[in-house]
Amino acid sequence: MQLTLEFGGGLELLCDSEKIHKVNVDLPNGADSDDFTMKHLLSWVRTNLIKERPEMFMKGDTVRPGVLVLVNDCDWELSGQLDTVIEDKDVVVFISTLHGG
Amino acid sequence: MEAKNKKAVASRLCCLCNLRRPVLKRPKTLQQICRECFYEVFEEEIHQVIVQNRLFKSGERVAIGASGGKDSTVLAYVLSELNRRHNYGLDLFLLSIDEGITGYRDDSLETVKRNEVQYGLPLKIVSYKDLYGWTMDEIVKMIGLKNNCTFCGVFRRQALDRGAALLKVEKLVTGHNADDIAETVLLNILRGDIARLSRCTSITTGEDGPIPRCKPFKYTYEKEIVMYAYFKKLDYFSTECIYSPNAYRGFAREFIKDLERIRPRAILDIIKSGEDFRIATTTKMPEQGTCERCGYISSQKWCKACVLLEGLNRGLPKMGIGRPRGVNGDHNKETKKPGSVAKSIESKQCGSLDF
Repeated sequence: MQLTLEFGGGLELLCDSEKIHKVNVDLPNGADSDDFTMKHLLSWVRTNLIKERPEMFMKGDTVRPGVLVLVNDCDWELSGQLDTVIEDKDVVVFISTLHGG
Repeated sequence: MEAKNKKAVASRLCCLCNLRRPVLKRPKTLQQICRECFYEVFEEEIHQVIVQNRLFKSGERVAIGASGGKDSTVLAYVLSELNRRHNYGLDLFLLSIDEGITGYRDDSLETVKRNEVQYGLPLKIVSYKDLYGWTMDEIVKMIGLKNNCTFCGVFRRQALDRGAALLKVEKLVTGHNADDIAETVLLNILRGDIARLSRCTSITTGEDGPIPRCKPFKYTYEKEIVMYAYFKKLDYFSTECIYSPNAYRGFAREFIKDLERIRPRAILDIIKSGEDFRIATTTKMPEQGTCERCGYISSQKWCKACVLLEGLNRGLPKMGIGRPRGVNGDHNKETKKPGSVAKSIESKQCGSLDF
């Protein structure tokens, strides 16, 4: 499925200093499109987009505390965080709050 | 079954207006609110903090310490909005410090220059080179990457005061937010720094000095500042300083963020705890005097900036780092007891987080 992923607040430095990534994500084997959640997307991002210092982006199986996530411009804390279902054409934004003041 | 989580969201409404779809969960209250209501409560709460704490008087000239980062950018935007909306009658200025860090500060200053135009606020930039004769690049070349944050932090604190004096402002506001303050409370407890612990939660400091400083974002969560900047598409700069290892503060920061995830209110609770600390009247506190060399406030014969600068100019960059020696040495022997442990581990001060 086609997704737009955006990195900000310094996270873009971990992925070739590109803020916006239009990507095509293949569903995991055997999964149908209803099951693709943020949990899957995060592991995909970590494997495919993060080029350095992954610990700045993730801690355990979720984002590092202090990284904000928005799915279609909505705080992922409202949609179940890791359980948020991701669909074709969704826009997912990651912003670090940890850099400079 | 299809997209059940999203549907659940769509069926809920903003718990303030009951009209629109929520976009944000407030860390302070756990309320789910829409974009419009978020702008309103975010700005209104800051207005209330300003009014209740009487931060400003009509007709005052106020400098906003502007680094180009998220906090000071949002502060400049919100403060100029509120100044217009509520007729504070303030003359606002942007004040930036150029530490002389190629590839970092030069880029962030470009952001501040754009803010000058976007918000129509006059900008003053003061540089370490002009004030001290050294850029941070030159200092790092001389002393290496150890302790460089101490130089930068000490110099910045003074540079902001000198810049504020040049602008002839009555007050200086900084973008320190609730997360920063909670972090500083913890650090000061860990360092056993009683003097700073009692000061760091004050919304206004330095009222006895020439230019008081205040923190209108004292109760504002970093998450909301970043969300506000994101939704409003504000132009800010977010790159870590190229020289900053930021280790000690980094641990406290990470701990605060871990706490926030479990219980967002923890940040306000820590600030409250810091405010409620009472220091025994018998505790010996460092006495504030003035630096014999430059006249800046100092609890020692020479202020920290003058000691560091003297070390640099004499080619003895370790002077003033760690255990006090040299100019202030003998003076220190008398007053050392309570603060000596704290002093020696005082490797802190990175970024703009000096309290």
